[in-house]
Amino acid sequence: MSDMSGNSLHYHYIVPGDDFTQAGAASSAVKQILKQLGLNPQTIRKMSISLYEGEINMVIHAGGGEIDVDIDDKKIVAVLTDYGPGIEDVDLAMQAGWSTASEQVRGLGFGAGMGLPNMKKYSDELIINTTVGAGTKVTIVVNIEN
Amino acid sequence: MSEYFHSVTLDKDACRGCITCVKRCPTEAIRVRNGKAQITGERCIDCGECIRVCPHHAKLAVTDPLSSIERFKYKVVLPPPSLFGQYKRQEDLELIRAALRRLGFDEVYEVAAAAELVSDATRRLMEQGTLNKPVISSACPAVLRLIRIRFPQLLENVLPLSAPMEVAARLARDQAVSETGLKPEEIGIAFITPCPAKVTAIKNPMGTEKSSVDLAISVSEIYPALLSAMNKCAKEGTGPDTAQSGRTGLSWGNSGGEAAATFTVRYLAADGIENVINVLEEMEGDRLSDQDFVELNACPAGCVGGVLNIENPYVAATRMKHLRNYRPVACNNIEGKAIPEEILWDAEVKPISALRLDPLPQHSMKMMREIEEIESKLYGLDCGSCGAPSCRALAEDIVLGHSTEDACIYLLKDKVEAVRASMLSLKLDSRDKSGDKPCV
Repeated sequence: MSDMSGNSLHYHYIVPGDDFTQAGAASSAVKQILKQLGLNPQTIRKMSISLYEGEINMVIHAGGGEIDVDIDDKKIVAVLTDYGPGIEDVDLAMQAGWSTASEQVRGLGFGAGMGLPNMKKYSDELIINTTVGAGTKVTIVVNIEN
Repeated sequence: MSEYFHSVTLDKDACRGCITCVKRCPTEAIRVRNGKAQITGERCIDCGECIRVCPHHAKLAVTDPLSSIERFKYKVVLPPPSLFGQYKRQEDLELIRAALRRLGFDEVYEVAAAAELVSDATRRLMEQGTLNKPVISSACPAVLRLIRIRFPQLLENVLPLSAPMEVAARLARDQAVSETGLKPEEIGIAFITPCPAKVTAIKNPMGTEKSSVDLAISVSEIYPALLSAMNKCAKEGTGPDTAQSGRTGLSWGNSGGEAAATFTVRYLAADGIENVINVLEEMEGDRLSDQDFVELNACPAGCVGGVLNIENPYVAATRMKHLRNYRPVACNNIEGKAIPEEILWDAEVKPISALRLDPLPQHSMKMMREIEEIESKLYGLDCGSCGAPSCRALAEDIVLGHSTEDACIYLLKDKVEAVRASMLSLKLDSRDKSGDKPCV
């Protein structure tokens, strides 16, 4: 994954499903690390916003999952893996305002249909691999600019 | 950075080296080393949480004694809105005003009056539409310093206006000079401070090069003298009403007052440092973009919750609510079109990089790896016995060269256990000097 294997960082987080009290904990922890690394604020902002959206999506739609984050001196790569229902129509899901979130979830202020569009907007690369009924793997790449 | 003055300080003799303050410090600025608490100046925001929680009263705020005003020819006092909620016997603003004059001040200038001007300026700036939304209040110096250290990206949302204390000091000095004909330096301006953060803001101002406030006298210092002066004034009668501020200015003393005075519909007010941090996290994630104005106060309930106040914050807030009812909506407005320069920032407020491990990202990466390695060896109990607030913080301290693994009592216990085990397993097979006979 990393060009300089001796100088990369790896983090692993488990995201519990349907627990809104803990939603955002992983992206918050990653943000703190990026701040300590002294990265450009814009880079930190891009990664923490897109990761937060991905993390929330896992909680709302997929019953949780796992997040792996790799940081080297060129880029930050976050891989979000879940074993949820998958996304039937990725193009549709990428449209702003489109959501399959339940009324209950919307009542909590989530599910506005901005998750994937925001992830696209704030990342340098977004790769979605999904299989209906088996799960989704989302890869977010943010380049490190100094 | 070491030149930076902090109001919050330690009484070494009183400190017992417990970790109450270490655990409660919102910026992890305190460590116990050699049995005493130590504050890292670079990280401290002078919020006063440690003063609030210290069971041994070993944390103090450096303020000026009341007598220090004597060196000035003409003495002006700036009471903050929250002062008016401190006393039980308080039917109107005039009693405190009269009592302050009785204590030897020549002039009383209410900070609430300047707050009304700041509110007016805020409304004008927000109408112009040039500010980044949501606009974050700049009035609480602990919050402003927290933003500089932990949320530097949000500095571009901060309202570029001086805090009411600073505006009051500038206007009060101008007024005193024109009324007395004295030189500006012959006029002493004393602020009665509810918190250490304001004291620090006077010594190390933000948004300006030099503060116009000369002295910071704590509410707790002036409280008894003011009480007895109030009792005397109440007996003799207070004379005509000279109060300078209305509901708008006085409401700045509690959380939500400043925000409400912006007349925006979408505003949020949070108080208490942990809540403030949570709101800033939300803002940093772009999740509060539907708000116009965000008011943040480090102390619970706002300035009435300042750690140097005497009265319970909620009792004081209730009293102030009653007091405000008898006042007009506002007594001060900006005259003319332009916002006076006394209200605007005249110096940039810059980020403080106290969080990053090293200026060079490559070095930071290496250090972060070491931190992760050390943290994985620690027990994750966050017991604080090492003097750091968490195992993670200890790992950081070790990598930064401020501590060692032996500071962890559990690792030390393992080490002692290993030594003991290897001692027990030793086969004593030494010989005497002649080389042949075993020693027994």
